[in-house]
Amino acid sequence: MKLRKEGGGIMSGSATEPAVLPPSPAQIVPTDLSEQMLELDDDDDLEVFSKDVTVTDGGAFSTSDQISPCSLLNQYGFEEEEGDSNVKDIFVTVDNPESHVTTIETFITYRVLTKTTRSEFDASEYEVRRRYQDFLWLRGRLEEAHPTLIVHPLPEKFVVKGMVERFSDDFIETRKRALHRFLNHVAEHPILSCSEDLKVFLTAQAWELTSHKKQGPGFLSRMGETVRAVAASVRGVRNRPEQFNAMQEYVESFGQKISSLDKIAQRIVKEQKEYLEELRECGPTYTLWSGSEEELVEPLKGVASCLDRCCKEKEDQVRQLSEHLAPTLHEYALCADTLKAVLRRRDNIQAELEAKNDALATKKIDREALKEDIDKLEDRVEWANNALKGDWNRWQRSKRRDLRSAFVHMAEKNVDYYEKCLAVWESFLVSQRTEFGDGAERRLPSTS
Amino acid sequence: MRTTAAAAATMADSGSGDIAVTGNRDLAAGESGSDAKNTTAEQGTTLLKTMEINVAEAEKRTGKNAVNMLETYTVYLIETRPVDTVSEGISPTPDSLWRRYSEFEILRNYLLVTYPFVVVPPLPEKRAEFVWHKLSADNMDPDFVERRRVGLENFLLRVASHTALSNDKIFFTFLTEENGWKEIVFETGFQAKADSRLKALNATFRVKNPDKRFAEMKHYGDELQSVISQLLRVRARVADRLYGVYKVHGNYGRVFSEWSAIEKEMGDGLQSAGHHMDAYAASVDDILEEEEHYADQLKEYLFYMDSLKAVCRKHELTQFELEMAAQDLSSKKQQREELATGTVRTFSLKGMTSKLFGQETPEQREAKMKVLEEQIQEGEEEVKEKNSECDEFVNNAWCDIERFKDQKDHDLKEALISYAIMQISMCKKGIQVWSNAKECFNKM
Repeated sequence: MKLRKEGGGIMSGSATEPAVLPPSPAQIVPTDLSEQMLELDDDDDLEVFSKDVTVTDGGAFSTSDQISPCSLLNQYGFEEEEGDSNVKDIFVTVDNPESHVTTIETFITYRVLTKTTRSEFDASEYEVRRRYQDFLWLRGRLEEAHPTLIVHPLPEKFVVKGMVERFSDDFIETRKRALHRFLNHVAEHPILSCSEDLKVFLTAQAWELTSHKKQGPGFLSRMGETVRAVAASVRGVRNRPEQFNAMQEYVESFGQKISSLDKIAQRIVKEQKEYLEELRECGPTYTLWSGSEEELVEPLKGVASCLDRCCKEKEDQVRQLSEHLAPTLHEYALCADTLKAVLRRRDNIQAELEAKNDALATKKIDREALKEDIDKLEDRVEWANNALKGDWNRWQRSKRRDLRSAFVHMAEKNVDYYEKCLAVWESFLVSQRTEFGDGAERRLPSTS
Repeated sequence: MRTTAAAAATMADSGSGDIAVTGNRDLAAGESGSDAKNTTAEQGTTLLKTMEINVAEAEKRTGKNAVNMLETYTVYLIETRPVDTVSEGISPTPDSLWRRYSEFEILRNYLLVTYPFVVVPPLPEKRAEFVWHKLSADNMDPDFVERRRVGLENFLLRVASHTALSNDKIFFTFLTEENGWKEIVFETGFQAKADSRLKALNATFRVKNPDKRFAEMKHYGDELQSVISQLLRVRARVADRLYGVYKVHGNYGRVFSEWSAIEKEMGDGLQSAGHHMDAYAASVDDILEEEEHYADQLKEYLFYMDSLKAVCRKHELTQFELEMAAQDLSSKKQQREELATGTVRTFSLKGMTSKLFGQETPEQREAKMKVLEEQIQEGEEEVKEKNSECDEFVNNAWCDIERFKDQKDHDLKEALISYAIMQISMCKKGIQVWSNAKECFNKM
């Protein structure tokens, strides 16, 4: 992740680069940032605990996101150069699912391993165990703190169709891999990876996590947010900037296409499995036949063994499909939903502003207070738009990389499968040819 | 496809030529048992060595059938050409005539009856069986007709390369005279023989001393029929599934194309990858058509088993008749002995009545004795005849069975190898398509 410093000040509304700024009251931020952080602190305290529902919003960074040098990144652009992986300074893996049985419930925990050189982490390695609920909590917090950033989706709670056993090995493995991808996307995100909640998630012991979860925006403020969100979506937004219209259109189409591809990929897995089931009968039938023959025993057994080998390779191929392409496509189908939600939240903020402006036109009293609110909202809208614009580009790059890699991987595995089967049949031919002798010339395999 | 059939037949021809030459000499000598008048003078050679045979085309015809109703049927064009003209580089127009499937059936039934010791080649199936979903079971389907054309040609080539069968005059006429052939063949009276043969094959009887080899062959025929049927069923199901896998990939092509329209950098890669997905989906049609040919090769030997089992059955029949004749003779001899010595060792009605009603006069006894002697002499002649018939049949039949065994081993091995070649071709196509797709994906 390359850091690009913004020239000059960190003004809201810089039109040239997608900068991300905290909604500071309209002030030029001094080069001494410590003051700024204190102000943020004040603001956040106000925002978090204020009963004024019009101002309270998770639009700012969460309370815990201030002192870390990571927040410096906020001043910088989202520019990310591809292939610059040597700058990656945090590595996360999810593995080793284990079952936990208590008197109340049974659940699975996953081992989360973190290796990092970041200074805000006390150690360079962490190992903790987390359950699905914890991941849900983390994602919720990230979305709350950054409503117009694009947070990678989590695997679904249940798989409704197909009657998948909640604790089947396949289900657990698939979920584990999806959780791994989720964490990696978060860790790669220039802003999200600086989240204090993420740090706690990666490093805290179980009891520490539990107590940390209890802090943060309470139930009431979340309620307030929901109420406002509903109200805003009912209102609707009037003058959506063209850029976001284009995004909306794209997300609708993309969502459709990816969902189709998701279904196709799953259908292919199903067809391949059914093909494999039938293919398994072939080898044994040739073996059965060889029992009645004399001269033909060798070639028949040879064919049988080739077919058995091909079955194994097909099994491999199917497993690769199930483990890589299908889940990736599914995730990006979920991403489409995430994007729609992000656009909606952005719209809501703008709608709020528009509503306040409308109110300003009609109200006589409290105009000063209203004007102040409007100023704040304008900043929020500005900030939200820029956040989204920046993250949109980042997401596009990430999407391109993920989908390309998934399809390339599929193509590679398919080539693999055919190459292995080719080798099997060719070696059978060689073994038969030597027996045949002079008749061999006639049996040259066709060149594609 | 035609070349393969010809090649197979040529291989079979050279094979049978080598092996059956000895047999053929026996046959020529012992031919008097069969309809010798219907064999040509050629000995030790096959028709195929002098004549090129093709089933070149198929055509639909409509006409009135036996009950005066309009029916549509297919006719096949048989072309023949003397071999030497072809090898000299001159290519005159072949002689040709049209035959329909039912005429082939008549020819085959004639051969079955006339050469009971030969494992007669089968015809291609009357109705499509072991079909997988995409293929139609309709007899008028052009693919089915085409495969039948190949099967009929194969049948003719096999007959023409068999030393005994190929020299048959009726067969020759089948190939050369379109009109009047039916009358000629029915004149041989084979129909009556065919009916009684069928009856005999289906009858149940117990043979005391069958030749073990034939019993084993019959058992082998049953086993092979069972396992090949199973294989064909499995193959049909596998073909169905493979079709499904390939065709679903066509959906990728469609959606990639739609998706590429909304992408900027990814668009080109997606679009071209989509084309490869379409190509992949389309490639399965050729793959399965080739596999159908392999299935036909298996089917031929599935149907061959009926012929093989029929020969074994015929042996049982002749052996049974011999045993019956021998038993009859033995009981007559027994009666003579009893009559001569006056002792009744076995229970007989005569014995009982004579006990009850008194002995016979010496004149009566002498008359009876004379009749018995005559019968015994006839019986001995018959047993001798049946014995030699049986021996001759065993020799001829076993000779042809050995020839058939070699042919079968050779052909099926070839078939397995061609199956492997098909798989290799399929793999190579797959590698190509997915390598191309991978390149396109990399450009996404």
